[in-house]
Amino acid sequence: MTKLNVNGRAVSISASPDTPLLWALRDHLKLNGTKYGCGMALCGACTVHMNGEPIRSCSTPLSACAGKNITTIEGISTNGLHPVQKAWVEFDVPQCGYCQSGQIMSAVALLNKNKKPTDAEIDAAMSGNVCRCGTYQRVRAAIHKAAGVVTNVKVEA
Amino acid sequence: MKNDKGNAVNAVNNNRRQFLKTSAAAAASTSAGALMIGFHLPAIAKTVRSVKTTQANAWVKIGSDNAITLICHRSEMGQGTYTSMPMLVAEELEVDFSKIKVEMAPANAAYVNSLLGGQLTGGSTSVRDAWTSLRKAGAQARMMLVSAAAAEWKIAENDCHAENGQVVSKSGKKLFYGQLVEKAAVLPVPKEVKLKDAKAFKIVGKPIKRLDTLAKVTGRAGFGIDVELPGMLIASLAQCPVLGGKPLSVDDAKARAMPGVRAVVKIDDGVAVVADSFWQAKTARDALNITWESGAGAALSSVGISTSLKEALAKPAAVVKKIGDADMAIAGAAKKVEASYELPFLAHATMEPMNFTADVRKDGCDIYGPTQFPQLAEGVAMQLTGFPKEKVNVHTTFLGGGFGRRIDVDFIVQAIQISKAVGKPVKLIWTREDDMTHDFYRPVSLHTLSAGLDERGMPVALKFRLTSQSVTARLFPAFVKDGLEPFMTEAAVTPYQIGNMTVENAIIDSGVRVGYWRSVSHALNAFANESFVDEMAHAAGKDPLAFRTALITGKDNERFRNVLKLAADKAGYKPGGKLANGRTQGIALMEGYGTYVAQIAEVSVINNAIKVHKMTVAVDCGMMVNPDIVKAQIESSVVYGLSAALLSKITFKDGRVEQSNFHDYPVLRMNEMPKVDIHLVASTEPPGGIGEPITATTGPSVANAVFIASGKRLRAMPMTSTALNSA
Repeated sequence: MTKLNVNGRAVSISASPDTPLLWALRDHLKLNGTKYGCGMALCGACTVHMNGEPIRSCSTPLSACAGKNITTIEGISTNGLHPVQKAWVEFDVPQCGYCQSGQIMSAVALLNKNKKPTDAEIDAAMSGNVCRCGTYQRVRAAIHKAAGVVTNVKVEA
Repeated sequence: MKNDKGNAVNAVNNNRRQFLKTSAAAAASTSAGALMIGFHLPAIAKTVRSVKTTQANAWVKIGSDNAITLICHRSEMGQGTYTSMPMLVAEELEVDFSKIKVEMAPANAAYVNSLLGGQLTGGSTSVRDAWTSLRKAGAQARMMLVSAAAAEWKIAENDCHAENGQVVSKSGKKLFYGQLVEKAAVLPVPKEVKLKDAKAFKIVGKPIKRLDTLAKVTGRAGFGIDVELPGMLIASLAQCPVLGGKPLSVDDAKARAMPGVRAVVKIDDGVAVVADSFWQAKTARDALNITWESGAGAALSSVGISTSLKEALAKPAAVVKKIGDADMAIAGAAKKVEASYELPFLAHATMEPMNFTADVRKDGCDIYGPTQFPQLAEGVAMQLTGFPKEKVNVHTTFLGGGFGRRIDVDFIVQAIQISKAVGKPVKLIWTREDDMTHDFYRPVSLHTLSAGLDERGMPVALKFRLTSQSVTARLFPAFVKDGLEPFMTEAAVTPYQIGNMTVENAIIDSGVRVGYWRSVSHALNAFANESFVDEMAHAAGKDPLAFRTALITGKDNERFRNVLKLAADKAGYKPGGKLANGRTQGIALMEGYGTYVAQIAEVSVINNAIKVHKMTVAVDCGMMVNPDIVKAQIESSVVYGLSAALLSKITFKDGRVEQSNFHDYPVLRMNEMPKVDIHLVASTEPPGGIGEPITATTGPSVANAVFIASGKRLRAMPMTSTALNSA
């Protein structure tokens, strides 16, 4: 039994301690917004926050989560949309949408630390999140928008 | 593929019984399926009991509460059908688009794609197929609602019109669609339908927001992997590391003793562990000790396949196109140019690994998940369970990427076999490694081209020969006749006006299972053709833009000229492809899926490292349903094309795929993303496809820019720094 806090709620999960947090969230808590993509921390689809830091839940065993605060895509906003989600809506970022929970969690973590990231800082924070539909240009624009930067900021081509 | 085109409207009539008068109970059960798609439904389910929902036709459902539900009959895999299909229906139905709901269609003959002959999403056909038929379906429903109102008011239909979900009479009387639909649904379907002129469109052609965005930014969108059914178990399947191999025997004692394990099931493709949760199933699967019968595939290697491709050059080929006598013209030419290009196997690597959920019961079978081909899914379910059509239901979820992979149904067959064996609903989830090593790969190809130039440096003859494997021969063999394979020779014939031309294709079997991969053979043939036209230009000492422009002067080539000029103007193209900032520009030009594309890559090469800075894309895809989704598809295709151009490759050794995950099958990431600058041509031409063509032009545009930057011609993809170093 592992006790942790998920989206502000205390939960006890009865699963083997080597179970990745991703599968505990999905199969035990039925929080299906966090996605499985690679199982090796290579694609970022499973990104959640642990005590405010972005982590890859596919490669984080439940044993490492005891007593920690976990935030998932379902937990980033309690009343409607987070500013990052609003920016995502404004730019119609998602295509297939499968990687977008992870993209958004990485973007939220970035903006929590860096109010106005540059393109290079966005690259550094977001390059661990793979999108096969190729939404990167809109992800970048939406992050700038959410950061309060004018959207048609001159992008270094 | 069964060539069962069938008029959609007739099909609707044939199925009226099934569609009409959906009772509240039936609507609620449909909603249970739709629950996987949109998560608004639990709230709606509470109200649905008192609401009667009537299906006006295959695309329109109207509730007695006036709720309008439009059916999306093409799988949503990112390309926007969940928005664009309803836009077409709504345009003629006259409803408030911001208030409609969308449901995914079941498998049904009404939804057959007239361009492909099956209920199949692929080939960039959704809009092209639906452009007229869905507007017609919307118009027919509207006309029936108007008729019902006219009958109610005992006035002429001409004295009524439809607007914003209601029928209004000249005298100002109003009835909501929900008040009319039951009576309207039993009226004859109008045969004569006059569709709006494009100038009158209120919805179509507008950059309307996608309907799936909110669900996709909140984690609520239901993909196949998210399907939940009462009593459902999770399966993880060990498949033979050698493609095509079968399990001979298994020692499962250890696995069976592990926590949560409910069953171990041997099926055709491997051995599945069925457990309460994924991690339990996966861990126990890793504890299986399986003896495999590898079969003939065990001897396959990439080196051997490459050799056999070259050996096949001696084989006779089928003639795709022949003008004049290319051999004689080349023999007599002032200058001869020759080159060959070779492309690797590629995986689709959708973000959502293959998965499907099957619930095989005694009284029927329901299957749930991401598929591009619900009709084939239904077919295999009927075959495997022995149930008739009425007892098999296909529930298509959102697809976490398709790119052609989900046209195949191998993982659906597996899920059904496992559920049938354990007698419970089972969700089969592949790992990324399963997905990478058990794909249907984009086939390898070898292209040999030769040309003759006259004394002015202009081409007098072109020979093109493609040697590759046919996907169609495996999936839809009836389409391959006399060695000709239409989906192998896309973009094989260039638009360039050359007096003598021979285009041939030879089909080989590499032994590897191959599948349709975004843009199919366009990506292979356009790489060869657009690289080679550049090679001809450089051999002639001419600018690649001027050289191409001189070869598309004909009346039929106007759309090519327009996009090429537009791309060059917007990219600030400089003759010779060299910009003042040291970067270089490479061009590619192609028609595919009825869409005309000119693309200019802006590239730098420093220490053999290729960096793509910018892509300028000019596109004439005819009339558009949603220009913002068109732009998103172009951005998407650039990224997919760049992964293939620069990074990804599947290789075989001892019958095994050597790559397993994103560390050894790299794909494009944010830090490698160029700026994509898109210019759309306003057009009154019929719609072209947009999901795929730019995937094909991306590679050659980069290769051509790299040549100008480095003086090195890369004739294979991926164009890595290692390849450049050894070129």
